[in-house]
Amino acid sequence: MTATPTSIDAVETLLAGQGYVASRALATVVFLSLKLGRPLFLEGEAGVGKTEIAKAIATALGRRLIRLQCYEGLDAASAVAEWNFAAQMIAIRTAEATGAGDRDALRTELFTEDYLIERPLLAAMRPQPGGAPVLLIDELDRTDEPFEAFLLEALSDFQVTIPELGTIKAPEPPIVILTSNRTREVHDALKRRCLYHWVEYPDFQRELAILHSRAPEASASLSREVVGFVQALRREDLFKRPGVAETIDWAKCLLALDVVQLSPEVIADTLGAILKYQDDIQKLQGSEAARLLDTVRRDLTTA
Amino acid sequence: MPADYAPLDLPEDGKLAHNITHFARALRKAGLPIGPGRVVDTIRAVEAAGFTDRTDFYHVLQACLVSRPEERRVFREVFRLFWRDPRYLEHMMSMLLPQIRGVQEDRPAAPAERRAAEALLDGTTPPPAPHTDSPPGDEIEIDATATMSAEERLRTLDFELMSVAEMADARRMLSRLSLPVKPLVTRRNRTSLTGPTIDLRQTLRLSLRHGGEITRLARKAPVTRWPNLVVLCDISGSMSDYSRMVLHFVHAVANRKGQGWARVHAFTFGTRLTNITRHLKTRDVDAALNAAGAEAQDWSGGTRIGASLRAFNRDWSRRVLGQGAVVLLITDGLDRDPTGALAAEMQRLHLSCRRLIWLNPLLRWTGFAPKASGIRAMLPHVDSFRASHSIASLEDLGRAISDPGDTGEKARLMALIGPG
Repeated sequence: MTATPTSIDAVETLLAGQGYVASRALATVVFLSLKLGRPLFLEGEAGVGKTEIAKAIATALGRRLIRLQCYEGLDAASAVAEWNFAAQMIAIRTAEATGAGDRDALRTELFTEDYLIERPLLAAMRPQPGGAPVLLIDELDRTDEPFEAFLLEALSDFQVTIPELGTIKAPEPPIVILTSNRTREVHDALKRRCLYHWVEYPDFQRELAILHSRAPEASASLSREVVGFVQALRREDLFKRPGVAETIDWAKCLLALDVVQLSPEVIADTLGAILKYQDDIQKLQGSEAARLLDTVRRDLTTA
Repeated sequence: MPADYAPLDLPEDGKLAHNITHFARALRKAGLPIGPGRVVDTIRAVEAAGFTDRTDFYHVLQACLVSRPEERRVFREVFRLFWRDPRYLEHMMSMLLPQIRGVQEDRPAAPAERRAAEALLDGTTPPPAPHTDSPPGDEIEIDATATMSAEERLRTLDFELMSVAEMADARRMLSRLSLPVKPLVTRRNRTSLTGPTIDLRQTLRLSLRHGGEITRLARKAPVTRWPNLVVLCDISGSMSDYSRMVLHFVHAVANRKGQGWARVHAFTFGTRLTNITRHLKTRDVDAALNAAGAEAQDWSGGTRIGASLRAFNRDWSRRVLGQGAVVLLITDGLDRDPTGALAAEMQRLHLSCRRLIWLNPLLRWTGFAPKASGIRAMLPHVDSFRASHSIASLEDLGRAISDPGDTGEKARLMALIGPG
């Protein structure tokens, strides 16, 4: 287990060691979240590295990463714990067969942790080898408001309640990271308990650094062209602007095709890696991609 | 990155906690929801992070005090002003205050006041002759003023100065209206006596009462929830008589409990898109529409449906249409955009929502044919196309919403477009 970092600079180095190039603002909130033990609420466009940060923190600190993927209809049984009904039934039948059918004994025995199937939230409250785990509650906006309200207990007091067992409190609070793509507004009561950070698209230099650390095989000139082109795309009027994840994917696609330099034809062939809407792809077809590439080249040479 | 901040001139007394509290109060005044708990957290966070670098200090405060992306801009400005010189902000505020007061004093009379005065006089003064609707078929006059105006007419129209008689009519109409909707089935379950699936957890708990003997199976049924409603209302000149009534209607739907809708989001558009959801939350219909009118600067101007829908699709659709929302689009479809763009945006909107219902007041005229290019572009992309000019037609709307197969007049009008 690695000790928690003691300064913002230490957080930056720690994350950089995992190939995550964080902005100063993000490093600051991560540091605060670790230091104060507050959940971290990250919002931002898809593919800017919200989920990645949790993975990076977990690996860097040597903690276990517990992920709770949110979806519509997520309920306590799949988020906290579920009873192992089959095992319980067998226990009942065995008790009957052996004649040890004492009701109270059965009750205390059936609803014990032996018959409990842990789900992410409960697992995060348990002590783990290496220290308190990193709990990633991913895409919170996909679930509904009742579940958000349910999370309040878990996030403010770091405890969960199982009706048959009582309240289980975490001996050491987990490092909690919540992410949202903002397909709906998350309630203020939840946000208030968290440190908030809006994850921006990175600037040219930082995106270049990210690409370098994630796809080191790409040559310097290709990386610069790829990042420059994606940055230029983000300034265009698109329905869905490409994220950093798309930049990395695209670079990997180009590497797989043994491309050393961008050309309008290559862009047209691989556009599906960066743009995911037909309207956007149509906009970029033909001379538009060539025009954009020209401006990117011009900017790169003057810069 | 905030690189251009002036050096932090800390006040002489150096009471940092004190100053952070003042800063939080300044932000609260600027409209950010910051309670005392957050202030305490902020001070703790500053303690934890240390006070070494001014950009770090900025990020620390931002992490604690901001909770929405829109707030970052306000935060940045207040930060810049406040930590330069706290007195500067006070000075700015005192400069602003008299102006605000002046504006308020200049207002002729608050709308509610006028109605209160009329109510007190109680009919002793004859109300201004109400604008009587001509019976259908008698005289058809399409008010197309300013429909095609290229310039946005930036003026705020005082539309809520309705007379008591008009208001009473509207109220009576609205009180009879509701938008019944069918709840959506979710994937979550709840104990139910007659549910379709067995609730094993409950069954086992029940069995323990009988020493492990299962005497009856507990059952569970899926929970239902209400869908969201998104209203896009055209407030351009050609619609101005109508949109007033519609917004009353939307206000009623948004505020009446038990209507069935989980959330009602409302947007107005003329030449630009305005989100008036927050204003509609105001309980008093006068105050709500007053605030909405102040927010929407393009009241009774021209129409740019394509551009407005584009703005909606880009900035809002992912945020408000995510949970199976029904969209009510209220416009006459008289648009000056090139057809291609409008059709594409309509298609995008249709693909993003659960159901798209177009209400067009022009449909009230018998013999209405989809001649305008805007209407021809929009019609193929709606689920249902309906008139909405009378109580009867709005009652029909309720039926249309609860019936997923309803297409309204779409089929008839599509047939008119088809061969041509």
